[in-house]
Amino acid sequence: MGGEVNRSEFLDRHYTHGDLHMEPGTTNHPHRLLTKEYRTLSYAAGPLVVVQRTTDISYGEIAWVMLPGGVRRLAQVLEMDSDRAVVQVFAGTRGLDLERTRVVFTGDVARLSVSLTMLGRVLDGAGNPIDGGPPVVPDARPDINGQPINPYARDHPSEFIQTGISAIDGLNTLVRGQKLPIFSGFGLPANDLAAQIATQSAVLAADVERDTGRGEERFVVVFAAIGITHREATAFQRTFEASGALDRTVLFLNRADDPTIERMLTPRAALTAAEYLAFEQDMHVLVIMTDMTNYAEALREVSTAREEVPGRRGYPGYMYTDLAALYERAGRIQGKRGSITQLMIVTMPDDDITHPIPDLTGYITEGQIVLSRDLHRRGIYPPIDVLPSLSRLMNAGIGEGKTREDHRQVADQLYASYAQGRDLRRLVAIIGEGALSAEDRLYLQFAETFEREFIGQGRRDRAIGDTLALAWQLLAALPVTSLKRINRDLIARYRPDGT
Amino acid sequence: MTHSSTPTTNEPDQPGRIRGIAGAVITVQGLIGARLYDVVHVGHERLIGEVIRLTGTRATVQVYEDTTGLRADDPVEASGAALQVELGPGLLGGVFDGVQRPLPAIRRAHGDFIARGARVAQLDRQRVWPFRPLVQPGDRVQPGDVLGEVAEVPHLMHRILVPLHLSGTIETISAGEFRLTDTIATLRVAPDGDGETAARIVPLTLMQRWPVRQPRPYLRKLDMDEPLITGQRVIDTLFPIAKGGSAIIPGGFGTGKTVTQQSLAKWSDADVIVYVGCGERGNEMTEVLQSFPQLEDPRHDGPLMNRTILIANTSNMPVAAREASIYTGITIAEYYRDMGYDVALMADSTSRWGEALREVSGRLEEIPGEEGFPAYLPARLAEFYERSGHVCCLGGDRGTAEPRRGSVTLIGAVSPPGGDFSEPITQHSLRTTGAFWALDTDLARRRHFPAIHWRNSYTLYDLTRWFRGQVHDDWELNRREASGLLQREGELLETVQLVGADALAETEQVILQVGRMLREDFLQQSAFGADAYCPPVKQFWMLKTILHHFYLLDSAVRRGVHLDRALDPALLADIARMREWPTERAEEEAYALMERADAAFLALRSND
Repeated sequence: MGGEVNRSEFLDRHYTHGDLHMEPGTTNHPHRLLTKEYRTLSYAAGPLVVVQRTTDISYGEIAWVMLPGGVRRLAQVLEMDSDRAVVQVFAGTRGLDLERTRVVFTGDVARLSVSLTMLGRVLDGAGNPIDGGPPVVPDARPDINGQPINPYARDHPSEFIQTGISAIDGLNTLVRGQKLPIFSGFGLPANDLAAQIATQSAVLAADVERDTGRGEERFVVVFAAIGITHREATAFQRTFEASGALDRTVLFLNRADDPTIERMLTPRAALTAAEYLAFEQDMHVLVIMTDMTNYAEALREVSTAREEVPGRRGYPGYMYTDLAALYERAGRIQGKRGSITQLMIVTMPDDDITHPIPDLTGYITEGQIVLSRDLHRRGIYPPIDVLPSLSRLMNAGIGEGKTREDHRQVADQLYASYAQGRDLRRLVAIIGEGALSAEDRLYLQFAETFEREFIGQGRRDRAIGDTLALAWQLLAALPVTSLKRINRDLIARYRPDGT
Repeated sequence: MTHSSTPTTNEPDQPGRIRGIAGAVITVQGLIGARLYDVVHVGHERLIGEVIRLTGTRATVQVYEDTTGLRADDPVEASGAALQVELGPGLLGGVFDGVQRPLPAIRRAHGDFIARGARVAQLDRQRVWPFRPLVQPGDRVQPGDVLGEVAEVPHLMHRILVPLHLSGTIETISAGEFRLTDTIATLRVAPDGDGETAARIVPLTLMQRWPVRQPRPYLRKLDMDEPLITGQRVIDTLFPIAKGGSAIIPGGFGTGKTVTQQSLAKWSDADVIVYVGCGERGNEMTEVLQSFPQLEDPRHDGPLMNRTILIANTSNMPVAAREASIYTGITIAEYYRDMGYDVALMADSTSRWGEALREVSGRLEEIPGEEGFPAYLPARLAEFYERSGHVCCLGGDRGTAEPRRGSVTLIGAVSPPGGDFSEPITQHSLRTTGAFWALDTDLARRRHFPAIHWRNSYTLYDLTRWFRGQVHDDWELNRREASGLLQREGELLETVQLVGADALAETEQVILQVGRMLREDFLQQSAFGADAYCPPVKQFWMLKTILHHFYLLDSAVRRGVHLDRALDPALLADIARMREWPTERAEEEAYALMERADAAFLALRSND
């Protein structure tokens, strides 16, 4: 073929390190043992390059785009005909030309080197070390796209995770193997909340390990920063460092000024690391991905460049499937001790929960934590609006033997009473407080205290026992006859004054 | 009619070669002899695909597995047959993917993750089933006639039918233990006049195949006069669905589509449940898988799993198989219908199926219709929902005193983007379905479950006769009264939002009070625990009790008694606990409560 040049010479010079590529000459395809190089580019625009006269290219394979001057960029085959391949360049096509630029096909899919030595490391959005340390010595090199877990092999998540946040532990409990997004808005402290959850959960795991000497409480964090600012990234790193959680963390960093298309790889690489740690190394992995909105933008960019028929608001019609392929990588597997729990941050453009990104996310995840601008303005942290928030797996993770027997009923009662208080607040805005009965005023007051004390706990770490105790203390302000969601035995047992 | 449905088999020809790949769609050159919708095997791993377009010598194929790693010039072989399911004993209790590969077998062969090119038999070939013939050598049989039966699970006789394209005379037939592919009988088929002169002897087995995209034939459709009892008060009382009917449950995320679908799968009085998890969460399938074997079937001995068939093609499994999963499910449902059973199919969610259609259509570069969906979306939806029905089965009018009847009831969840019902899938589904159960985000946020909104939902099925005959003469009266009150309460609540409750007349306050009782003490129903299933008779007496209370309150207030005085907290608390009544004592409990209320209101009068 006309496009091929002397490839072995080239490979010797260029394949030294880096993660998401194949070592020279190793390919998993029986019919081809060597990589191929082409100089037949016919089109380059946005993230896409078209290579002509290709033969024996496989769908989805990884390629290197070699720019004049020796710069090389990671790329992947998106579409192919018998003699033409459409290639997506993750780091963008800036500086690329059609005459001298070469494309080297590796014959393999994107892979990540994984091993226990990843813990404590900082990697770029494509999985290459950027902390000045040596390359990760691979224990395995799995395909970053993963494979779907057989639904028949899954185990239903039912183990309580104490995040130390009352609004979550008490009302929207997270369990191991769950995927729960935080729906945020621009300027809301979603990242702070995520960092707090990660460090508090880690601290708790460390305590348990120390107190019980049980090795199975192996808790680690895999953090995927997708297009976040330098400031945010540093803040995360500092928080982890300060709490001593850094050596239990793998950081994948794609910052706002890093190539946008590389964001397609970041969550995949992070989840591949998580799968290894959870299902090969028996660890409980908390994956934090922020911000999925940036990921979706990258997806849209590629789709637009491919001139695909757009779905809602220009996002591709397959965005649901694409997001699901990431989110569904959370879970537990029967017979495996580890688990993958996902906490992803989704910034709702214009605080609109019906925007395609939060909307499709909500259809895939097992609930959502919704942040409220109103609470934030009033200085309440974390500003979690518990009414639209939901944890679908809560019931499986709470109750006697897991948290406490009264947990479900207390949560229901808090919801009902708070919702009533909020309704009254709306009413007061129209007809004034004077029209309220004495009991109505109690509820109004309850909503106020609940927001300030129960939700607005600040940076404190609150154990579940303390969360429930506080709940009972707040409920004590309401007449005992109005606690309809809690049965009499539990009221007798837990209500502060005993009646 | 039945002849055209014969699944014929051609010899595989020369393999074609892959020319292009884009996602799940590939183009193939030189696939000689392939027909539209034939199954092909793609690449060296022999991935399953289906021909969806033919142009000249090129065929376009949608592949049911991940296409990563395929390359140009890889071989593509025609199978000569359309996408088929295997039908026979062993379906019940099974868990399959979208193209009917059993997930347990895939796990045994390939581990915890689903590998590409997994090859497993659709139905277990090794298992032995006891077969009892119901016809004798020499009997003439027609398509759909019952040859004999197999006790597939303790409560359900799996009827082995004469394949729908064959008729003739039974040569041999024997009782005994058989595997699915063993010959249980032979059939002498008369020459069919197509040049064939000699009669042929056809061996029959416990297992048959059927192409999924082709509806299985029946003798005729019948009127739908019996409800599918779901045990859900808001459905059975306000918006019932007929056996053989179809319904959609649209709702934004978090409104409880899946919980409602699962409740229906658990408690509906169908003989067989086919649950299609189409592009939904893996953990939800796991929940069904782990809870159904533990739950007792309320109508038969044994676990609920015994009457359930699960098709699980979760959101991260290949998109084209998601499209097929709906058809796999409905074909299995029709098969049990043909035996004379009532089958209910839950599809969760039809939106994901529609999106799979859209994705494939996009790859084919078809001109998009509304919101990018292909122009044939309404036709596909209509075709699907029209496969529901209450029918007289093929062969059902012969041999038995009672005609053999069966039904397929379809209940499709819809996930409208942003919870907005004006989108194409909801709207086009409305055209062909008979009941609409609208889930409401606001109700869900108030933790009112099931969040089916009484004001937006409707049913087109008139099942009054059945309910009056089987439950109580006043059924319809109660229902109308309750609907009217809820409607009136909704209007009044809007007023309250503007001016406060004090501005209302006392009689209107009564309606608010009773509306709240209807909502909280009747319509709300927990999906778990003892209240999860509420039989119609209990529904009736609960509603009757509330309405009786309404008449008492209304007349008391009209006589000038203050509402605050008329409301008796003890009575209200007992009304709130009606859901705990044991069904067999519902009538008794209702009368006791109504009499107590009568006495209390009588006392009220004498105090005046």
